[in-house]
Amino acid sequence: MRAYGHDFASPLLLGTALYDSPAVLADSVRAGQPGAVTVSLRRESAGQLAGQAFWTLVRDLGVPVLPNTAGCHGVREAVTTAQMAREVFGTNWIKLEVIGSGDLLQPDLFGLVEAARLLTEDGFQVFPYTTEDLVAAERLLRAGCEVLMPWGAPIGSGRGLNNLFGLRALRAHFPEIPMVIDAGIGRPSHVAAAFEMGFDAVLLNTAVAKAGDPVAMARAFRLACEVGRLGFEAGPMPERDMAVPSTPTLGRAMLDA
Amino acid sequence: MSGRMKPEILVSGAGVAGLVTAVILAERGGAVCLHEAGARIGSGASWMAGGMLAPWCEAESAPEEITRDSLDAVGWWRAHVPECAANGTLVVAPPRDLPELARFARRTSHFETLDGRRIAALEPDLADRFDKGLFFPEEAHLDPRAALVALRERLIALGGKIFHGEDRPAPEAFDWHIDCTGIAARDSLRGLRGMRGEMLLLRCPELHFRRPVRLLHPRIPVYIVPRAESVFMVGATMIEAEDSRGITVRSMTDLLNAAYALHPAFAEAEIIEANAGLRPSFPDNIPKVIRDGWTIHVNGMYRHGFLLSPARGMEVAAMVFGAE
Repeated sequence: MRAYGHDFASPLLLGTALYDSPAVLADSVRAGQPGAVTVSLRRESAGQLAGQAFWTLVRDLGVPVLPNTAGCHGVREAVTTAQMAREVFGTNWIKLEVIGSGDLLQPDLFGLVEAARLLTEDGFQVFPYTTEDLVAAERLLRAGCEVLMPWGAPIGSGRGLNNLFGLRALRAHFPEIPMVIDAGIGRPSHVAAAFEMGFDAVLLNTAVAKAGDPVAMARAFRLACEVGRLGFEAGPMPERDMAVPSTPTLGRAMLDA
Repeated sequence: MSGRMKPEILVSGAGVAGLVTAVILAERGGAVCLHEAGARIGSGASWMAGGMLAPWCEAESAPEEITRDSLDAVGWWRAHVPECAANGTLVVAPPRDLPELARFARRTSHFETLDGRRIAALEPDLADRFDKGLFFPEEAHLDPRAALVALRERLIALGGKIFHGEDRPAPEAFDWHIDCTGIAARDSLRGLRGMRGEMLLLRCPELHFRRPVRLLHPRIPVYIVPRAESVFMVGATMIEAEDSRGITVRSMTDLLNAAYALHPAFAEAEIIEANAGLRPSFPDNIPKVIRDGWTIHVNGMYRHGFLLSPARGMEVAAMVFGAE
């Protein structure tokens, strides 16, 4: 995936929360070889730079860091967190989350567009966590976003791609915009399906961190990205309403006729 | 080490790691001097601990080494702190979060699966509240503060000396220096970081639990450990931050909500303490013994201070005295 002039080494983006230890996180990153890792500042910071020890561990992973505003429920909170992230990680990238519903951790699309506009004006390169809503996508692009990150399903739910129609429509509507499926991925097959639909990257966290064997699962997701991408680029055959035999019947020997 | 029969040992830090190690060394025949920079024993993370001795439950998030090294912990504590109760651990989840219970069961062992009737038999106050749970019969719990006091008395009875305050005796005057200063050793131990934890003490005379109860939840898992005089310890948050301010509103709300979800009687409980501290942790979250000449560090106890200190203290004793 290419976004904001950066070529991501891998279309797998991996979150750094919820691992049993930083050591398991580091092993998972080595196995998954993600193109970037996301890190939350809100929950881990308490408004100071108290998360330094963990952030240093994340920086030492040797993978580009995409800081996020996870847990922010308002525009101002998200903007402040983004500014702090820029200071801590020395990057203009920000994965923008403005949460509207506490239960589904659903994005507040109105706040998201507003925060994206403010941050873009401030020089940020915004990766917005959004839904499959076409109108919101349009507004985010107008606000200056050059990438879209629609959810597959609610954060941490592991339900995969909930609204296939909506995601297909979004993909078809903005064929040139890099798109990342963010949130809801539970299994490698979900990732393969996302790539087969033409999405450019996936972002996931819980599916690896809370797997029985996070390191093996990270590797599985890396391979699933490759499988899905290859499948998409190779051009899947069209679906048909009738069976088509793969061996010609004409001229066949009559042994099994 | 000098040729004297009785090695002179300075132990720095009177948290659980320091006190347990000091007692083990004194029991093996060392002349132990324990120094604590704070005003009282347990000035750091140990004071906020849950006091669960749960080698099997911890396997949910800890590597095998933690379970393996903690199998003797219950026996050690029961020998040193008679009040240590071996009533097992109960793990429950609300109906909506039953997948969390399945995940917990997949990652752990040495439990029995319970239905609502058997949960009620173990903890009558939880009758009709949960349909499914896990019971880990081989686990135990203690009151960390009472346990630390018991260890101090034990150390004094063994002839150990305890000093408080800023003036630490010079380590050079001793044969061995055992550094158990927790997060205060951050600058001398590479990779050591503080992980924030927050906890509450509630008094709730209406409820009578006999064992720790863990309530699983994808966002806010909590445990509730019963203590004397109707006090319940509710813990604990896990936040990757070296932030030692008092408890935050968000964390307190989360902990209280979870307690209330476990039993509505907690709504009327009295909040008698709300606290926060830093767990000293290495990158793999495994407590370690690190030898550097005649200095031995015992640190990175993470959330396993009470569970792992006996095993780590034995390792130190083996370095000082040789294998038993």
